[in-house]
Amino acid sequence: MALKKDFVKFDKVDKSYDGKVLVVKDLQLDIEEGEFVTMLGPSGSGKTTCLMMLAGFETPTNGEIYLDGKAISSIPPHKRGIGMVFQNYALFPHMTVYENLAFPLRVRKIAKDEADKKIDKALSMVSLQGFASRMPGQLSGGQQQRVAVARSLVFDPQLVLMDEPLGALDKNLRESMQYEIKHIHENIGVTVVYVTHDQSEALTMSNRIAVFNDGKVQQLSSPDELYEKPVNSFVAEFIGENNTFVGEVSDISGGKCKVKIANTDILANPISVKGKGEKTKISLRPERALINPSDRMDNIHSGKIEEVIYHGDHTRVRINLLGNNQFILKVPNSSANLDIKLGKDIKIGWNSEDARALDPS
Amino acid sequence: MSSETKQILTTDGIPLEVSLKKAERKNKIKAFLLVAPLLLFLIITYVFPIGDMLFRSVDDKMVTQMLPKTFKAMENWDGQELPDEEVFAAFHEDFIKLVEDKREGKLSTQLNYTKNGFKSIIKKLRRKSKSFEEGNYKEQIMSVHKRWANVEYWRAIKRRAPEFTSQKYLKGMDMYVNEEGKIVSVEEDRRIHRVLWLRTLEIAFFVTVFCFLMAYPIAHLLATLPMKYSNLLMICVLLPFWTSLLVRTASWMILLQQQGIVNDFFVGIGLVADDNRPEMMYNKTGSYVAMTQILLPFMVLPLYSVMKTISPSLMRAGKSLGGTPFVAFWKVYFPLTIPGIGAGCLLVFILAIGYYITPALVGGASGTLISNQIAFHMKSTLDWSFASAMGLMLLSGVLVIYWLYNKLVGIDNIKLG
Repeated sequence: MALKKDFVKFDKVDKSYDGKVLVVKDLQLDIEEGEFVTMLGPSGSGKTTCLMMLAGFETPTNGEIYLDGKAISSIPPHKRGIGMVFQNYALFPHMTVYENLAFPLRVRKIAKDEADKKIDKALSMVSLQGFASRMPGQLSGGQQQRVAVARSLVFDPQLVLMDEPLGALDKNLRESMQYEIKHIHENIGVTVVYVTHDQSEALTMSNRIAVFNDGKVQQLSSPDELYEKPVNSFVAEFIGENNTFVGEVSDISGGKCKVKIANTDILANPISVKGKGEKTKISLRPERALINPSDRMDNIHSGKIEEVIYHGDHTRVRINLLGNNQFILKVPNSSANLDIKLGKDIKIGWNSEDARALDPS
Repeated sequence: MSSETKQILTTDGIPLEVSLKKAERKNKIKAFLLVAPLLLFLIITYVFPIGDMLFRSVDDKMVTQMLPKTFKAMENWDGQELPDEEVFAAFHEDFIKLVEDKREGKLSTQLNYTKNGFKSIIKKLRRKSKSFEEGNYKEQIMSVHKRWANVEYWRAIKRRAPEFTSQKYLKGMDMYVNEEGKIVSVEEDRRIHRVLWLRTLEIAFFVTVFCFLMAYPIAHLLATLPMKYSNLLMICVLLPFWTSLLVRTASWMILLQQQGIVNDFFVGIGLVADDNRPEMMYNKTGSYVAMTQILLPFMVLPLYSVMKTISPSLMRAGKSLGGTPFVAFWKVYFPLTIPGIGAGCLLVFILAIGYYITPALVGGASGTLISNQIAFHMKSTLDWSFASAMGLMLLSGVLVIYWLYNKLVGIDNIKLG
């Protein structure tokens, strides 16, 4: 059976709570069956609203959402058959783990032996066998989280929504849970829509990421593309670390453009600039700029080291370069790079291909 | 394993426990001194008077002290035949002393409680006793009135010999000790207290039910509405607390009387005929309506405080897992509110069972509670011992309910906020 390209489809969805401000603007989003899609964005960007509309707790002000080809706006949440993991787990505190997992099966009138099998399977999936008779209050945060995941999967939904499920966990646990959820997704092939504001979480887990800002999807692409090839400066700045130069395009030809910054021209890759005289913001990842550059690089400039921060495996170096004193370099901790000292002038180079000239905002 | 090997010493060689106690003693004394005034106040104004009042319900020393010699002489009397001369002589001696102190009237009142007919024969005995000759008191007393020659009256006197009595409690249950010393119920048409007890339980129960039915949605609204609306609603719930109980009850009287606003409204919309206005006051209806309104906040507040802690995502989880809104409510939300329900019901029931002013004002004859009867005996008949006996019965009733509740729900499950 071929996987559907538009298993979940947001079609021109608008959402407003007060009739004055649009929280979600003209959302157009297709999610493939079996995909792990993350909605990433700062708080207030509309990502949770989208998830709630999909779950049925909010209704779209305009437009329609399709699940497996069916319009679902008029279907109440309990009939949508979508599993959901909530921010604070939302385990029923007065029920044991077993009863929590049995809840969705019982309301579906599934026979007890079959239900028991499903519950066993779900619990072993999150490696919590033997915890069935515990109350949620007796579990640690990570265990509760796993129960919540197991509960959202136990009734074999086609689609699972996760609303910042790892937000309440500490860093180490969060990372191990990221892998665990990713593996569960890979093993059972369920479609997952995941909401988070943590970009590393999104990059680690997703097949595709939808970056939200201001009620709009800014970019929808795979994690590597999102990181390497951001299409606008919001995405470039939101995902990962970023060095920026603001300037004016002085020449554009042959897939390269010249941008004038502080009386110097640098070469960049024109992404969203079309012609001369346009203002632009150039985005350059810190790890793409090198010290002691080879001559093949088409941008070589020199700057003064203003700060050196030791990070163990690498050193972060802040440089005043072309009038930007926030230019960050990540220098690997190797014996060749021992001469980095505060106040020294060094040469820095990068390929014009990596310097993406984006919109100026 | 001996305790010495386990004992931990401080660096100075003093056992740790001793050292700890020493260090904490000062704080303990300080803490005690802080609460001491309140403790003293409570003992003087609360524990002591209530204890004294409750003691009155079993205290029956009065007759015992008025007829000390008689009761001593009666010790050997089997109560079958008339007592012999020794008892009569002792009774005469006690009686002369009472007449000298002008206390024979009290004796007659007290004995009359036990058996009707003592009042007149004691009055007669006082008059005749002035001309009694010494010796052979049995003949002389018996000749005063034929009842003095009736063994039942002497048995009635003997029943008052013990210093303590459960008679008031029996009376509270419409029972008494008959001539043979057996506990029996009074005739059916004179049983007033049992009806009152049952009615008190009935009214308290239904008021609790009504309060619960009305408070649950209000509390739910309060807990889920946005802050600006819920604050206003909360003020509406608390408003009655800031108004005098009497004012509130009086306003119900204005509303509920036959020519009152509610009746006018019913007539106005044609629900009832003008000449057939229903009586909504001076009966049970009045008690139900007024008490439910007055006790409502005591149900709303515990429910609200519990509902406030229930995360809205739990209901959402219930729905997203496939439960209909009703199933999600019944299986998820409702069980989580049980501690609040328990607290509210217990509170309202206990308050309602001892309610006094409201039923006294709007309850009429068929809507009054046992507490009104207690007040009646405190103020009108001055039978304080009976009033305190009923008070203690009410208190034990409440304690029994509390105990039952603890068995069924568990008192640690209660949440008042």
